[in-house]
Amino acid sequence: MNGAAFILISVLMLAGAFAAATLPNLMHAAFCFVLALLGLASFFFLLGAEFVGLALVFIYIGAVAVLIVFTILLTRRNSNEYHGINWSGVLIAGPVFGGLTWAVLKTQSVSIVPPHIQALTVKQIGQALMIGYVWPLQCVGLLLTAALIGALVLVMEEKR
Amino acid sequence: MSSALDQIFVNAKRWLLSWIAGAPDWMIQITSSLINIVALLAVFLTLFALMSVLERKILGRMQNRYGPNRVGPFGLFQPVADGIKMLIKEDIVPARADKVVHFLAPVVLAAVAILTLGVIPYGRNMTVFTIDGGILFFFAVGSATELAVFMAGWASNNKFSMLGAMRAIAQMFSYELPLIITVLPVVMIVGSLMPDSIVFAQGEYTLGIVPRWFVFTPWGAAAFILFFVSGLVESNRTPFDVPEGESEIVAGHMTEYSGFKYATFFMAEYLGMFAVSGLAVTLFLGGWHAPVRVLEFVPSYIWFFAKLSVLLFVYIWLRATLPRTRVDQMMNVAWKFMLPMAFTCVIAAAVWHYAGRGMRGWLWSLFVIVFVYSALSILLDTRRKFARRVYRFAE
Repeated sequence: MNGAAFILISVLMLAGAFAAATLPNLMHAAFCFVLALLGLASFFFLLGAEFVGLALVFIYIGAVAVLIVFTILLTRRNSNEYHGINWSGVLIAGPVFGGLTWAVLKTQSVSIVPPHIQALTVKQIGQALMIGYVWPLQCVGLLLTAALIGALVLVMEEKR
Repeated sequence: MSSALDQIFVNAKRWLLSWIAGAPDWMIQITSSLINIVALLAVFLTLFALMSVLERKILGRMQNRYGPNRVGPFGLFQPVADGIKMLIKEDIVPARADKVVHFLAPVVLAAVAILTLGVIPYGRNMTVFTIDGGILFFFAVGSATELAVFMAGWASNNKFSMLGAMRAIAQMFSYELPLIITVLPVVMIVGSLMPDSIVFAQGEYTLGIVPRWFVFTPWGAAAFILFFVSGLVESNRTPFDVPEGESEIVAGHMTEYSGFKYATFFMAEYLGMFAVSGLAVTLFLGGWHAPVRVLEFVPSYIWFFAKLSVLLFVYIWLRATLPRTRVDQMMNVAWKFMLPMAFTCVIAAAVWHYAGRGMRGWLWSLFVIVFVYSALSILLDTRRKFARRVYRFAE
């Protein structure tokens, strides 16, 4: 059953990703990108990593997708215009794809059946974050707060 | 006897599954899920139908007129008539609309609303799917609502729709923050993101009389009120129905929808309302626990739905009583009042925990909340006369 689910999700996700890269209408591409992200989250669910999957849905579909959609809406006048292939994008995407394929092919663990692993509970993740990794967490929090304040300063109205 | 009545639905499902006992494992899993889904849909679509007629009846009663009373006894068959009317109406799609996205928007919205209903425990052993991060699931899936509303507004290719969608997204984002942060104190105190364990944590009685629901602690009461108001905004109900605003932008993101698609939007809105109220019952009002130990023989699901209907009545009551808020005032309240108060609830819960969860902790956390509340009222200067409204873009 897991095999069937894997194939179904893969097809859905790859179709979404392909459509996101090729559709001429940017808004449609954004919606297809959401579909691809949904597939990614389902993979995490399939692997038993509920928390990561939920966080992915929460952050990417709830926030980042809306951000992308708004950016498209507010910046492009004619989002239907076709600009041809962006070669600099191909230059970056090609090596990244090649590197990832190489890494996946070199990895042994995919073919080995792992010993029985206990599923991570949310509590364990919370304890790890709050005890073991509390300083990195705080640093990231500080960085994000600084970014938030910076964004506020950028858009603040000047007193006349 | 009482426990048999309490578990009647659980046992019914077990009995149904015993019919296919010899089948392969995956078939039993799928059948089990299907039974859960059918039960959930049947209950909540019936509740939706009931709610739509009761809302009109109660609104009518509050405005000193009869509600619908022509179809069936006391007008109870009104939803059937409404449903038939919606089904046979012409489905109009604007010529310049994005056909596919226009069609998908109400579907996504309804799907999201139904998914969020799945994690709420409706009774003892009666959660549709139990996952470790149930609360997180609720908000993660619920956050896709904004995208669906945007799809509706954008695909309609209409200024009113786009404005309505923008308003909806602005208010949903602003109020999602207090909504999630007011859940934090409960999660902190219970130490779990699972709705079932949150309900279990509220099962005891202090002195044998007062139930240990979180709404009876100062931080819980404050968080409950904040959660309820934010939930009201999230479900676009009347004091905060700015996205629809009939008198300004026709019907917001639903302007270009007709017939059954419009009904689907309506249904999604109501299901979202049930989900948020159900979560409020789970988090603060003790879930399916009885308010007094003597009444524990009444089945758990009856208590859950009794509490849910009280909250739904308040929704209708507020709709009959309050006028629509202004957009800018609403946003100001979200960022300047609701958000600081939500953080205060987190701190007050911590104070309550470290002062021993007893009477002392109760008083200390009350002090924290009252202190911040008064400080906020002075800082925000609520008594000040409202300044004249200045129009910058429209004269």
